[in-house]
Amino acid sequence: METKIDKELFEVVGYDKEVSDAIVRPSITYWQDAWRRLKKNKVAMLSMLLLIVIGLACAFVPVFSKMDFKEQAIELANQGPSKEHWFGMDELGRDIFVRIWIGGRVSILIGLVGAFVSLVVGAIYGGVSGYFGGAVDDIMMRVVEVIVGIPYMIIVILVSISLGKGLTSLIIALCITSWTGLARLVRGQVLQLKESEYVLAAQMLGTSPMKIVLKHLLPNTLSVIIVNLTFQVPGFIFAEAFLSFISLGVQPPYTSWGAMASLGQQQMAYYPHELFFPAAAISLTMLAFNLLGDGLRDALDPKLRQ
Amino acid sequence: MAQYILKRVGYLILTMWVIVTATFFLMNTLPGDPIQTGTKLLPPAVEANLKEKWGLNKPVVERYFIYLKNVAQGNLGESMKSPGLTANQIIKEKFPASARLGLQAICLGVVVGLIFGIIAAFRRNTWVDYSVIFIALVGVSVPSFVLAALLQKALGGKILPIIGWPSENIWTSGFKYTILPTLAASFGSIATYSRFMRTSVLDVLNNDYIQTAKAKGLSKWAIIRKHILRNSITPIITMIAPQIAGIVTGSFIIERIFCIPGLGMYYVESINGRDFTMIMATTIFFSFFFVISIVLMDILYGVVDPRVRITGEKR
Repeated sequence: METKIDKELFEVVGYDKEVSDAIVRPSITYWQDAWRRLKKNKVAMLSMLLLIVIGLACAFVPVFSKMDFKEQAIELANQGPSKEHWFGMDELGRDIFVRIWIGGRVSILIGLVGAFVSLVVGAIYGGVSGYFGGAVDDIMMRVVEVIVGIPYMIIVILVSISLGKGLTSLIIALCITSWTGLARLVRGQVLQLKESEYVLAAQMLGTSPMKIVLKHLLPNTLSVIIVNLTFQVPGFIFAEAFLSFISLGVQPPYTSWGAMASLGQQQMAYYPHELFFPAAAISLTMLAFNLLGDGLRDALDPKLRQ
Repeated sequence: MAQYILKRVGYLILTMWVIVTATFFLMNTLPGDPIQTGTKLLPPAVEANLKEKWGLNKPVVERYFIYLKNVAQGNLGESMKSPGLTANQIIKEKFPASARLGLQAICLGVVVGLIFGIIAAFRRNTWVDYSVIFIALVGVSVPSFVLAALLQKALGGKILPIIGWPSENIWTSGFKYTILPTLAASFGSIATYSRFMRTSVLDVLNNDYIQTAKAKGLSKWAIIRKHILRNSITPIITMIAPQIAGIVTGSFIIERIFCIPGLGMYYVESINGRDFTMIMATTIFFSFFFVISIVLMDILYGVVDPRVRITGEKR
């Protein structure tokens, strides 16, 4: 049986080369697009603003404040919030408002250093491992597996006790453990990306492998890296708070949010403000980072692009 | 599959060796001296005797091999602060409290988290969904020690005991003592599970086979049980192992706040008391526990999801 199809159906409808080539919208780069989308997300922008305010306050409030964070007014010990001392006084008569921002410096420093090390070591390690593949990849990933196999908090505790308590050992311990997650993530991305044509082109032109990893592969995984880092920062802040809480973290006279919460927890029954303010500072910062991370993921994830 | 398990066990042994070695050498660089802390200066003869007893007069490398041999035989040494008690005995005595807390917290976390996640996904963009998202956000943002303090303040005293732990019949008695610590310890995992389960269910819901199942006229319950749950729960299984570690380490804090005589609290005490053998023993014990749970989860994952099994063998 023969079916007849109208020949008209196969005629070219006609197209105008001018029209099809015309640029309808101004072209924007990936990052402009992501920024535009992030700006639309009110929650994420509010979180970003909050983080900027907290950061600025940590930097400048202790500088301009009349009280020193170590200064004691023992007659005012445990006093609740008042006009002179906005957040009240702790059990040794120190101004909690000033101490919050001093403590915040430590917490934010830990978060940023952790993120930075994670970024540099993790991205390069993952990039190299993914790009070279084979035996190199095998050995490098086994090393990661062993490090991941050790509970993270135990490494931190061990290093803090062997190097002495305090900020330095806390940071070193974070450096040892923080990068593994990102390394795995970047490796996975690079494994996909290295099959791309532009990598082949770069190889043909004789670009050195290290340069391919650094200039071609890593920038293309940047969105994944950024999102991962925003979620990692609260993790580092939490780790510091945790260690300070069991008195392995920052040592007096310096303080951090975790250390303040630890002191406040002992006074909670009678002077709840001593726990409330550090706890609120930690929770708000972590919340802001988490919400910003959510927003960034939505803004940067190409899968959601229409 | 057998080959895969064998390979995993091989890595497990390698990981444990690295942990034992690292712990041992880190402990030996410690600035404190367990023999000198807490006591007045000992006469040289006594000090020499004590060093002899602990083997501290031998070179580090020799001690390392002795220790390695002992650990391989399951002997973790004798506590330096509680003479006469071996680390094995202390762990045996202290661990049940931590294990009960951890087990209850994981069960509560997994069950409630999964249920929350599923409900939120099915009631997407309603108040149910928003409240689950809110709980999940609070759960990841508020540290467990703050939450524990809030729970003590809100519920403790009249309704539930604020601190304490059943001292006898450690697995069955005194349930009311365990309620607050369990809640505090599991809140984080409830948050994590509900968040991931929600995304996972939403991913599955978008698949064509769900449409097919609906078109076939399957009941809603059958679709949920056979198609949605089975497919959305597999990625969650991989998350349980890290959560176990989180609950173990989180127990340091929870146990301290609620005065629970568990291993976590004892670990922190041994760190502050420079009890070398106990620090090493507990570290090795915790790590072993963690590594084993990761391997078990991986194997379980292979059982649940055939795709993993196949790629696992290929590699």
